Amino acid sequence: MLEVLTGFVAELRRAGLPVSVAEEADAAEAIGHLPLEDRQAIKFALGATLVKSANHWRAFDTAFEIYFSMRGPQFSVGQGDALPGTGMGPVPGEAEGRVPPSPDGAGELTPEQIAALLFRALRDGDQVLLGAVARLAVARYSAMESGRPVGGTYYLYRTLRNLDLEGVLARLVAEARARAGDEVGPPDARAEGELSGRPVLRGRRPGRLTALEERLLEDEYHARIEELKKEIEAEIRRRLVADRGAEALARSLRRPLPSEVEFMHATRDELVAMRKAIQPLTRKLATRLARKRRHLRRGALDFRSTMRHSLSYGGVPVEPRFKHPRQAKPEIWVVADISGSVAAFARFTLHLVYAIASQFSKVRSFVFVDGIDEVTGIFDRSETVAEAVQRVNLEADVLWVDGHSDYGHALTVFYERWGHEIGPKASILLLGDARNNYHASQAWVVRELRRRARKVFWLNPEPRSYWGSGDSIIEEYAQYCDAAYECRNLRQLEAFVDHLT
Amino acid sequence: MAVADRGEPRFGSVEQVREGLATVGYLADDGLAGVVYLADRLAKPVLVEGPAGTGKTELAKSTACFLGARLVRLQCYEGLDEAKALYEWNYKKQLLRIQVERGAQDIGGTRPLGWESLEEDLFSEEFLLTRPLLEAIRATDPVVLLVDEVDRLEIETEALLLEVLSDYQVSIPELGTIRANQIPLVFLTSNNTRDLSEALKRRCLYLHLDYPSLERERAIVLTKVPGVTDQLADQVARIVRSLRSLELKKHPSISETIDWARTLVLLGIESVDSETARATLHILLKHRSDIEVAAKELAAAAGH
Repeated sequence: MLEVLTGFVAELRRAGLPVSVAEEADAAEAIGHLPLEDRQAIKFALGATLVKSANHWRAFDTAFEIYFSMRGPQFSVGQGDALPGTGMGPVPGEAEGRVPPSPDGAGELTPEQIAALLFRALRDGDQVLLGAVARLAVARYSAMESGRPVGGTYYLYRTLRNLDLEGVLARLVAEARARAGDEVGPPDARAEGELSGRPVLRGRRPGRLTALEERLLEDEYHARIEELKKEIEAEIRRRLVADRGAEALARSLRRPLPSEVEFMHATRDELVAMRKAIQPLTRKLATRLARKRRHLRRGALDFRSTMRHSLSYGGVPVEPRFKHPRQAKPEIWVVADISGSVAAFARFTLHLVYAIASQFSKVRSFVFVDGIDEVTGIFDRSETVAEAVQRVNLEADVLWVDGHSDYGHALTVFYERWGHEIGPKASILLLGDARNNYHASQAWVVRELRRRARKVFWLNPEPRSYWGSGDSIIEEYAQYCDAAYECRNLRQLEAFVDHLT
Repeated sequence: MAVADRGEPRFGSVEQVREGLATVGYLADDGLAGVVYLADRLAKPVLVEGPAGTGKTELAKSTACFLGARLVRLQCYEGLDEAKALYEWNYKKQLLRIQVERGAQDIGGTRPLGWESLEEDLFSEEFLLTRPLLEAIRATDPVVLLVDEVDRLEIETEALLLEVLSDYQVSIPELGTIRANQIPLVFLTSNNTRDLSEALKRRCLYLHLDYPSLERERAIVLTKVPGVTDQLADQVARIVRSLRSLELKKHPSISETIDWARTLVLLGIESVDSETARATLHILLKHRSDIEVAAKELAAAAGH
């Protein structure tokens, strides 16, 4: 067991989780207190001792499934078996009891039969059947090739494409609708068993489904489909482990942690995860920006503390103590490039701006391509991020000539229109790749901004090695900023926030 | 280094923790009960993290309740310092003591105490005011320590907790080190408004409490709301799950779910339809915009 644990921890570290030696020792001790055969308990014990952030859970989960899924007897894979055994006997035999009779054994089910099974499993919420269908589907559709070094997503995609889950969902809802409308009187004798899988409808009076009921039903089916996807994924993973061994598979399945995902290439799911991670970061950012003032100034006399310290001098208040002043509200100006070349980054930027704006009262936001517009109002009036982003894209007047980035023009206009409002309390964040399409840089604007504002920072979504190549003129601007940072992922954004002291 | 004796384990098995929590009305899932069990066995604090209203604080309270232990609570906030978290010298009493000493000298009744003995006297336990952390450590009766909303502390202040949490001791310069009489169960909660320091996380077991699964939420509604029918509890849990899948400013918490179910029971509603749902949405959602979004979604569900 200890060997497995060591390998597992090594894998976590390779995936980027910071696991200390002390935590590894804790994990070993924790396992000792639990029954080894209880896989779920072991999982939670390892999770509690080794994973200290919800963002890391997914990486942990994947690694755990790979390293520990092979150990149970029910997970052994039969040699050349179309369907893996379950320890007790081959799955086909077991599934057969639940499956409508198929003359030549379960391995040879037709696609129609599989589809029918899938439909039934989803409709009745039958866990066992669902698992069996997942195994069947993988065996039939994924067409796995032994030794091929691809990740599981490829097979997952192949399997799901063949199952046509969208269509199944539509049919499920249609069926429920028809059934609810048709049924006169309470469902017949087999109702209890039959309907237990469809609890939304349990005990309802017959008649057309209301909008609410339909909605709830749909959500229920969605949840079941998600479950099916998980089953399929697990099955694929299990087969891959059997084929290539845990370590090799872990390598190909390793995905970047949420904090390492690049803004420019993030998938939609990853963006959602990032958005959740932004909130704490913006708070930190704001406290950092405000901090300096706080350490410099003193507040009112703290009588209690003064008296306490006077005791060292026999009751004479030699050393007056002061209260900390209330934290000053930072004034933040965000100026962001939202042109096509940084589109993915811009989407993230807008989320960041929204998060900052919802957190602090004194945030002014501007977006530009070759023209520039203030969008503070849009952010204030929008209720959700999605709405804000959509409105910025529709309403903000950021096009001047041809819709290609022109930092020089945008900055000049910015300075002329709003420059006089920038005071010594303002911190300015400039976000963009500084690819200027060979227009004039007008870098003097940044110099002027820095003279007026407290701090000016530039965050660039491009790798540092690309800076200054082609039409990138980041260096011209950077020389006038307090600092320019490469900001490709959350970790770097966080590092930037950490530097602000 | 000598750490206080771990003492008798409080729980026999994970199962026992879950059942114990259930007796005081807290429905735990396997992971949760497992972590509490391990916290006792490994003598480590539990760091509970998750969205607001998922029962983080409640977990500590319930554990204390079923163990029959006293709950010592430290509510964290920005600006909390050691005088409010650990201990403080009772300076008023100390001043009085000095006054008394001086008075005695003036009358000339007693021989003046030497400086040494006066200092020893002034900084003895008599003049020590215990604050939650010290109190939890010095207690001789069973206690559960709850450090609520750790993420509100500034990073620098977080360090205050480290000595207590890893070695279960407090060092007071004038008095020396005070060791724990017993190792209390410790829960720290965090809403994840900022990342906690590695040092703190390393010392704790980590438990992420998310919104419950459909089944668990239904069970919670059934135990917490008297007079609710199976069917209503089921509907309530389902509607709440749907609401949580929407993009809202604040998703309904468990306690809000319970409040909603109570309201429905009070109103004598047996089955929720869109109108009742819409009329009572303000119990689940606290932002006007959220209510609008949710009402629209629940009504126009059939569209997709």
